[in-house]
Amino acid sequence: MVPGSRSEARSELPVVEAEGLIRAFGGRRAVDGVSLTLHGGECLALFGPNGAGKTTLLRLLAGLLAPSAGRCLVGGVSLRADGGRAARSRVGLISHASMLYSALTARENVEFAARMYGLRRPAEAALRALKAMRVADRADSAVRALSRGLQQRVSIARAIVHEPLLLLCDEPYTGLDEVGSAALTEALGERRAHGAALLLVTHNLSEGLALATHAAIMRRGRFVRLEERGQVDGASYASAYRELVTADV
Amino acid sequence: MSESTVARPIALDADAPALPGLLRASWLVAQKDLAIEFRTRTAFFSALVFALLGLTIFYFAWDPTAVASIDLAPGVLWVIFTFSGLLGLQRSFGVEQADRAMDALLAAPVEREAIYLGKAAANFLFVAGVQVVAIPAVALFYNVPLGSIWLSLTGIAVLAALGIVAVGTLFSAMAVNTRLAELLLPMLSLPFFVPIVMAAAQTTSRLLAGRPESEAWPWLRILLGFDLVFMLACAIAFPYTLDE
Repeated sequence: MVPGSRSEARSELPVVEAEGLIRAFGGRRAVDGVSLTLHGGECLALFGPNGAGKTTLLRLLAGLLAPSAGRCLVGGVSLRADGGRAARSRVGLISHASMLYSALTARENVEFAARMYGLRRPAEAALRALKAMRVADRADSAVRALSRGLQQRVSIARAIVHEPLLLLCDEPYTGLDEVGSAALTEALGERRAHGAALLLVTHNLSEGLALATHAAIMRRGRFVRLEERGQVDGASYASAYRELVTADV
Repeated sequence: MSESTVARPIALDADAPALPGLLRASWLVAQKDLAIEFRTRTAFFSALVFALLGLTIFYFAWDPTAVASIDLAPGVLWVIFTFSGLLGLQRSFGVEQADRAMDALLAAPVEREAIYLGKAAANFLFVAGVQVVAIPAVALFYNVPLGSIWLSLTGIAVLAALGIVAVGTLFSAMAVNTRLAELLLPMLSLPFFVPIVMAAAQTTSRLLAGRPESEAWPWLRILLGFDLVFMLACAIAFPYTLDE
């Protein structure tokens, strides 16, 4: 999907570096001192119960929220430098909300994103992204006329159109059928092969661990477990996760 | 994954994207908003119907033997214009609310001010479109001769629209995330619209009465001053309304 990719130099330097990230809402810390470093090609699967701070962490890394304390670099560029523009240009965000305009067509939505990211050939890039998500045949349909699954595919095309260095995925498989899931897995693999790093938030352990090079469990704003995928045994990890989740109930 | 290392920016190659500047990004946002409105036409037609219905109601409530049309028409015009404009302003950030499109907009590498300016530009064209119909309709309903003052009236309409859009766009962004957005926007905006309506109505009535232009200047200065101050202040304040 990505001709002329800028991958080679990327894998040597960390794609994302966060240190002591804290985000408080009122007196409550949704993210409480999280530090992480991801290099190109790495994928961190992040698990945790509802309210653990996973989505807030993603929003911090996407530049949607300003941290109360701590720092974050994407591709070596601070999310605070230049109003965060340079850092945000390297991030793609996939969420369970489609973040699309229902009155516009799939093509118009993705093209709009391509233009906002300053791509030199927005129409071509949009079509390429739609093809990657196997939804190019519906490119000229209004988003409101598409099924939930197809909308999610268009949403993913919107998120990857600018070939992000860091892909933040919040339950990206929600609503996708088999074809959509396969297309997403392929697109994520392709981005990683081109030096991008992935942060995948999911409640589905097997889905997350299948893609991950690292796994973490978050609870009350902190990483309570963080290990390499090779050190993770699926069954014992699942029971440890269940214990942590039920401990909050 | 490892502990942090010393960071150096990762260089992009020659084919790297050229991030859109303030004006380019503003235009993209405005273009997108206008495309959505053109596709749906809901807000524009609602505002238009509201303006015409309002004029009709004022017309039937009017006693021509008690109040001369040139005394009443300016007030009616600008009151109707203000309220119909609110319908467009309401929609401005409403389209970003559904499916959290605002998140994608905020994640894009553009200055926050560009979102404000783009929204304001689209709102301006929306409000101007309503005026294009509402002003001749007022002339028709109240038999007001606009022939000699149409150019001046257009100038006043542009200044009034700028002021309303500057303030209304900011408050639309502030109100959209609240549960009472539809109520909150008029409650926040209308007090700020008072100087605009007052200055626009006073200037229009002096023009219609054929008074010397010097009499209209103090009111025009108020309009100009309001526009300058609020356009600047609202563009600066806008990024702060986005903080969660």
